[in-house]
Amino acid sequence: MLEIKNLHARIAEDGTEIIRGLNLTVKAGEVAAIMGPNGSGKSTLSYILAGRDDYEVTEGEILYNGESILEMDPAERAAAGIFLAFQYPLEIPGVATMEFLKTAINAQRKARGEEELKIPEMLKRVRTAADELEMSMDMLKRPLNVGFSGGEKKRAEILQMKLLEPKLCVLDETDSGLDIDALKIVADGVNALRSPDRAVLVITHYQRLLDYIVPDTVHVLYRGQVIKSGDKDLALELEKNGYAGVIDAAA
Amino acid sequence: MNLHAQNTLTEAETALVNGYSSRFSDLPGDADVTVRRDEALELLKQGLPTRRVEAWHYTDLRRLLSVVPDFKPVANAEAVDPLIENALVLPVLNGAAHGRAAGPEGLTIATLADKLQEGALSAEWLTASDRFDAVGAINAAFVSDGYWLDIAEGAELSRPVELQNIHAGGQVHGRFVVNAAAGSRATIIERQTGVGDALASSVTHLDVADGAHVFWILLQEQPDDAAYLGQFTASLGKESSLTLFILNSGGKLVRQEVKVEARGEGSEFKLRGVNLLGGETHCDVTMVLDHLAPDTVSTETFRNVVTGKANGVFQGQIRVAKIAQKTDAKMACNTLLLSDDGGFSSKPELEIFADDVACGHGATVTDIEKEHLFYLMARGIDEKTARGLLVKAFVAEVIEELEDETVIEALEARLVDWFAEHG
Repeated sequence: MLEIKNLHARIAEDGTEIIRGLNLTVKAGEVAAIMGPNGSGKSTLSYILAGRDDYEVTEGEILYNGESILEMDPAERAAAGIFLAFQYPLEIPGVATMEFLKTAINAQRKARGEEELKIPEMLKRVRTAADELEMSMDMLKRPLNVGFSGGEKKRAEILQMKLLEPKLCVLDETDSGLDIDALKIVADGVNALRSPDRAVLVITHYQRLLDYIVPDTVHVLYRGQVIKSGDKDLALELEKNGYAGVIDAAA
Repeated sequence: MNLHAQNTLTEAETALVNGYSSRFSDLPGDADVTVRRDEALELLKQGLPTRRVEAWHYTDLRRLLSVVPDFKPVANAEAVDPLIENALVLPVLNGAAHGRAAGPEGLTIATLADKLQEGALSAEWLTASDRFDAVGAINAAFVSDGYWLDIAEGAELSRPVELQNIHAGGQVHGRFVVNAAAGSRATIIERQTGVGDALASSVTHLDVADGAHVFWILLQEQPDDAAYLGQFTASLGKESSLTLFILNSGGKLVRQEVKVEARGEGSEFKLRGVNLLGGETHCDVTMVLDHLAPDTVSTETFRNVVTGKANGVFQGQIRVAKIAQKTDAKMACNTLLLSDDGGFSSKPELEIFADDVACGHGATVTDIEKEHLFYLMARGIDEKTARGLLVKAFVAEVIEELEDETVIEALEARLVDWFAEHG
């Protein structure tokens, strides 16, 4: 589903290279964890997948279902089924959450040639998804993410993911700022989305989240490259021994 | 002022002076009114204010008001649909009041022409406030009609009243007087619009007596080739409140003055405004607010969107008299500048003579937040729609705090219309 080949990318503004020859393949149905120390390029990778223009791809390729996405803008990528759950979801005053959800869902449906959802059907879906994430509908009456706690923002991201039904979900440090109860709710939300035609990329610093979202593969990112790949045991090993051992072995 | 000044009148100034001679005999009023009109004309003969006059620094009226069209005595101006469905519409069409409908209980309606004729007005009423009160002077010289509303003591108007000043090109000069007696409550909508190349002026006198509450919505939606000069004056009694909402979205040259006196203890003034500026509009909102009594509260918030070659101005002057202790005044002017060719000038001025007050002001000019745009696009919303959502959000914040759902919906619909045209 996702093939990243020899990807090099830098910060557009100052030319600092962050991703330095990254290779990664994620198959449909797979849950892949990307782990790595601070500054290894994890968040940058998530932004590049979503199409943020602060980063410039200088070499290599990102193929999604066999086709390059590098020329697509963020909205086109989203409509094609790529979803990024932000590490720091933004507060947008003045944009009502429900209006935002309706606009986003229908923009994607339209881009895919599907009929727009009518408001009663939309409300029903939102209510069901919000219930599963233990979010109140009152929260959704507020402007987008405004006044939400860190944990509520993360839940709101997962709510959007459930409603938009993407094919490739990228979760950027979704566990940060969550207490254990919220973490379980969020993990259940993600697990419910696991399916043979959907891939999930879980970007995390810690093993903790992977106790709840058990990955099929684990990849260690360091200095903009995948330096080691393995199964879920690799995450446990990192938890026990830290990154140093893996980094030294790769050096 | 002197012969020299008269010799160098601009084309527009000459048109105003000559227009008075030809128009004079058609204008209503008793002998007193005529004296006031003549005085106003004398001011105009001294020339319109330039940028050298502080109050006109950002709007050089002499230069910007380059053309004054002739009156069109037989033009057919048509009333517009009211902002709110059930409102009582009182239209002034091409300078003549046409509403004869009975109002809701507690409201007495008269035309301004009748009042001018009756000689019931106090002497200072049609007098410009100073040498540079060009809006007051032009209107005093030429005002032909309008409405005079008296809201009875304790009356709560069951439906909004919509005052319309509508032109069909040419010139219109209207005046509205609203006296909200003690303890009364009303929602008033004022519409300033028309079709064609025009000079429109309008002066409003609002008296909010003790314990009265008025919500006033002023929609200025002039066509692209019209000049509009407005002056809204209000006086607030004890424990009274006035919420004034202004939407400017149109006009070639717009000057909207707001002069408010919080003269009653415990009175509250709220000014909320949205300036949607596109094309080559020059739009100036100039407010002078006097806190003249203790425990008065005021907040002023403007949100401006500037596109194309538009230019906006907000001057906000708050004066706190020595007696007006415990005044609480907050002013903010935020601009979303979406074009390199547009501009916005904001000038806050605080003059405080009392020592126990809380006054503050802030002004910002920004572009759309790139990160917000990315976030919305990352959810599949295309760039144009996402920008539209963010711009609308920026101004909608001011509208949404108005506490009247019907008004909020009606105003948001106007935003949508404007963005559809200018997005």
